[in-house]
Amino acid sequence: MGGTKTAGDMVMRMQLAKGMRIGEAKKYVADKLGVSVMDLSDMYVMMEVRERLGLGLMQPVADTPTGIEAKLNIAKVLGITINSVERFKKRAGLV
Amino acid sequence: MKTYFTRMGDASVTFMAEDEIRNDISDAVALAAKKGKIPPLTQEDMDHLFEIITMPGNIVGVNPGDEIVSTSDSQSDKLFLNTGLSLERTQQALVHERCFGADSIDLGFPDYNFKAAKPCAGTESLAAKNGLNQLIIPFLYAGMPNLGFYTKPDGPVENWAELLPDGKIEEALAAQEAAVDYAVHDMVYIAEKMYKIGMDGINMDTAGASGDADFLAALKACEAIRTKFPDMGVEMGMAGEYVLGMHGKLTYDGVRLAGLYPHKQVALAEKAGATIFGAVVNTNSNKSFAWNIARSCTFIKECSNVSNIPVHVNVGMGVGGIPMCEYLPSDVASRADKALVEICKIDGL
Repeated sequence: MGGTKTAGDMVMRMQLAKGMRIGEAKKYVADKLGVSVMDLSDMYVMMEVRERLGLGLMQPVADTPTGIEAKLNIAKVLGITINSVERFKKRAGLV
Repeated sequence: MKTYFTRMGDASVTFMAEDEIRNDISDAVALAAKKGKIPPLTQEDMDHLFEIITMPGNIVGVNPGDEIVSTSDSQSDKLFLNTGLSLERTQQALVHERCFGADSIDLGFPDYNFKAAKPCAGTESLAAKNGLNQLIIPFLYAGMPNLGFYTKPDGPVENWAELLPDGKIEEALAAQEAAVDYAVHDMVYIAEKMYKIGMDGINMDTAGASGDADFLAALKACEAIRTKFPDMGVEMGMAGEYVLGMHGKLTYDGVRLAGLYPHKQVALAEKAGATIFGAVVNTNSNKSFAWNIARSCTFIKECSNVSNIPVHVNVGMGVGGIPMCEYLPSDVASRADKALVEICKIDGL
């Protein structure tokens, strides 16, 4: 699907964590992001969405979220628990 | 007579006429349906497959919006393993995320099996943490159950491959059963280490490679991991289309493991708690690409039909219709992908 160029990483998260099939996973992510299922694969739409919501970009600039920063926002937007995010918060004394 | 550019299962180029391609498709479909005791592809599917195989152009693709996601095996070391580029595994993972558009990536020990990784679990955890801090895409820890590594001289149990030809049947069965317990222990041990560091999931690659005992080890380990860590995803990727009965009597949930094809394998993987299933169909290098992809589609369509979890078909060297060769030709690789997405409705590759 194109990973962080589009919404591939997030669709993949829903498959891995929840065992959702592709149609269900795409619909879940599209609903959470407020876009159509078709838009999930469109890098033109998704670049704006990812930048606005802080979900991380394939070609990041210095002041956009990368790595664990982006995953913190992804967890919030998708309403899921991401293991590495929870471990980061615990180790950083944020919880 | 018009002929079409295509390849054989060893990747050599060949030119085939329409009726040759259609005959290969129907022969392969009939064979797969008979072997697997599954429905054949419909005539509409076979016609669509012919269209895909004979489409003009080098690379073909799916329609916008029909894209699926990808998982991998040992991908964070492939740049070094395949090309010699001296990049640390976390760097390789970032290349896959930021240059290749991977939807996920996995970390695997260079000696890519759980038994070898176990004594290095501490340093593997550090590499995992480095990756997790920098990556956005899901990051899995991957390895092979590889039951054969538990046999002497590399492991503690007797080698059943030597016992069987000597007629020591009971000893061979006992050795496989003992190896299962060791393998399950190691896989759960690694999974616990990776869960505590924050890994998104575990990928058991080539489950069933040593036969039914190997598949049983993967199923039991998956069940244990998902029980202990319910929010940790588990991908179970198979080694072949058919589980070899090296033991012959092993069962999981009352189902005999020997002789299972993908549509039966996925049911057990699901029962064990796997969240993604990696189906495999092996390539016959003496047959055409049309024959191989038709056979793959027949098995995978039924697997996808019966599955409640995502099916990520293994499409690489010698599997999923792809020729048995080191460098995958884009022409047949893209056609295999398109056929599996459009005919079999798969969830990933």
